[in-house]
Amino acid sequence: MTKTYPGGTTAVDEVTVEIAGGSFVVLVGSSGSGKSTLLKAINRLIEPSAGSVAIDGQAVDAEDRFRLRRRIGYVFQNIGLFPHLTVAENVAIGLRLEGEKDPRARVAELLGLVDLPADFAARMPGALSGGQRQRVGVARALATEPRLLLMDEPFGALDPVTRDQLGGAIRALHDRLGLTTIMVTHDMAEALLLADRVLVMDKGRIVADAAPRALLAGEGGTVAQALVAVPRDQMKRLGALEAGA
Amino acid sequence: MTDFLDALGRVPDLLAQHLLLAMSALVLGIILSLPLAVWSARVPSVGRIVLGFASLVQTIPSLALLALFYPILLSLSTLVGGGIPALGFLPSLLALTLYALLPILRNGVTGLAGIDPAVIEAADGVGMTAWQKLRLVETPLVAPVLMAGIRTAAVWTIGAATLSTTVGQPSLGDMIFAGLQTQNWALVLAGCTAAAGLALAVDALLGVIERGIARRKRLGAWIAFGLLALGVVVALLPALPVRQETVTIGAKGFSEQYILARMIGHRLEAAGYRVRYKEGLGSGVMFAALTSSDVDVAVDYTGTIWTNEMKRTDTPPRDAMLAAIRDWQAKQGLNLLGRMGFENAYAFAMRGDRAKALGIVSLDDLVAKAPDLKFGADLEFLERPEWKAVRAAYPIRFGSAHAYNPTFMYRALESGQADVISAFSSDGRIAADKLTVLSDPRGAIPNYDAILTIAPRHARDARMIAALKPLIGRVPVEAMREANYMVDRDVGKVSPDAAARWLEKKVGL
Repeated sequence: MTKTYPGGTTAVDEVTVEIAGGSFVVLVGSSGSGKSTLLKAINRLIEPSAGSVAIDGQAVDAEDRFRLRRRIGYVFQNIGLFPHLTVAENVAIGLRLEGEKDPRARVAELLGLVDLPADFAARMPGALSGGQRQRVGVARALATEPRLLLMDEPFGALDPVTRDQLGGAIRALHDRLGLTTIMVTHDMAEALLLADRVLVMDKGRIVADAAPRALLAGEGGTVAQALVAVPRDQMKRLGALEAGA
Repeated sequence: MTDFLDALGRVPDLLAQHLLLAMSALVLGIILSLPLAVWSARVPSVGRIVLGFASLVQTIPSLALLALFYPILLSLSTLVGGGIPALGFLPSLLALTLYALLPILRNGVTGLAGIDPAVIEAADGVGMTAWQKLRLVETPLVAPVLMAGIRTAAVWTIGAATLSTTVGQPSLGDMIFAGLQTQNWALVLAGCTAAAGLALAVDALLGVIERGIARRKRLGAWIAFGLLALGVVVALLPALPVRQETVTIGAKGFSEQYILARMIGHRLEAAGYRVRYKEGLGSGVMFAALTSSDVDVAVDYTGTIWTNEMKRTDTPPRDAMLAAIRDWQAKQGLNLLGRMGFENAYAFAMRGDRAKALGIVSLDDLVAKAPDLKFGADLEFLERPEWKAVRAAYPIRFGSAHAYNPTFMYRALESGQADVISAFSSDGRIAADKLTVLSDPRGAIPNYDAILTIAPRHARDARMIAALKPLIGRVPVEAMREANYMVDRDVGKVSPDAAARWLEKKVGL
């Protein structure tokens, strides 16, 4: 697909890619590379200027976009919990839209899934830490049992410890629930540690498509290697610091 | 103190009318503003136009806005073949609604624009339709800000509603205007206190609702809302169909009119009618109200009808003028019952000592001295055809001319702020202040017999005609002057109602 904006910017430039069900794919790239745009085209938060997106062989614009989004879990950097609703009401919102009358059991189940205590259900989002809020965000995304999970820099606003914990938790959930996950990040280290497959984007195009191991081995081209170099280099310097000091 | 307590007696009925008017305008304003606010937030270009319009309306003084609706509604009425009232509730409601728009709109739009974009993105991501997003996310989040805007609009509306008196809609302003005119400060104070009290009470109740929404404590909010609704229902009760028929008596904005209106009222009540008063009307407004039966009965003056309504410039003898007016009015369905028995003509008056010093006895003498003199007129006179007629007959050019509320006109003369005033010949203050009335040798000023007219709606009402017939030819000018003076004087001032009772006894009714 392609996405251009009035004024001449091409956010996504004729990208064609297929993603297998059940895989954990990470889109990496620097700012302005088009990765968020590509992601949002999947749940039609952005409409392509040209081309199309299909899930399980069915084009996404064949269906009412609201019903489409309810079948897809969406988690993003600023989290966006509804400040006037409790944690339980936030988590259950998708179920409420579908007409579910009593979601309490399901809410308790979901809170357990994201490792939050059950008594969090009555709290207001304003009373939670960043990490806790994003866990609620994930629970909310998973409430309607979607098979596809889209995440746009979900840990961007969190501290490194929480990032790491949540990253691991998400991967575990992905494995446990058999989801298809597409995550966008600009942190290559995170991508390498979590992904089955890494797609590197630059200026609206996919410039590298490889497994983490392959990228570490030196494949993928200049842009990808430049990105890999940063964590690799840091690793080396930390190792030297540890050994030398 | 007792004056104040007496004055408070008028408050309940006017308070109810005031509350109804203000709340109707507020509710209508809310109904219009909410969809406009949502539309403006979605489409910024619409927002600019809508907010621009609302801001523009705010710059128009509320009095002017109320006044402007009269010609607008009148033209609209002629377009659809009549039936749209140009006075009273409708123009007041429309003007006040427009006034209420800006605070509600602006707060609504700002509130919607101020919602955290992440929350909107989440709402979209979760699969809400535009309507679900509005209902579940945007409305609860914008509600506190919106309520603040509604509170502001409520207070403004209640304040501006006092001006509805001028377009013939009873409100607490009636007391303020009447009190100002008769210099009855207790009445003014009562009206102001009631209006301010109403505004504070409504603001407090709306504040409870606002806090209830913000803190998700619904109970307090519902109770406050219930109280407001109850207030409105209680205010509506008098409007329910009554066994007795209600008659509206119209009066212009000076003491004589208030007194005569009360005299008419007493006779109609004795005949079994329920009466209410629409006071403080301008001459043109009152005549229009009479023709459209917005007002059922009123006292007007032959000269006023002759020059302002019939647009005649000649000055025939009294009886010929009365016959012509009766015929002209009859064509519009009005029943001119007859003369009250006295004349109240425009009379150019000066302080007795001043007139003697300058040697001015007639309007002819004024011509030479006018450029050095200051003229004080009532609020209408400078725009009336009679003033043009006088200047056509006598080339009078005053040094300066200033419009006053009728009562203050006399004070201006006393203090020297004005040298000559356009006084009323039946005013008691002329004799009491020892004023000299200038004669009119060239006959430029027409006759101003006081006449009683019934509106088309009751023109053939035998019971009403029978009740009012005894008033015809009953009131001599000396008695009218005394009654007027009782209301206008500073020492021993009485209410128009008391003066009316005195007058009735005096003339043997």
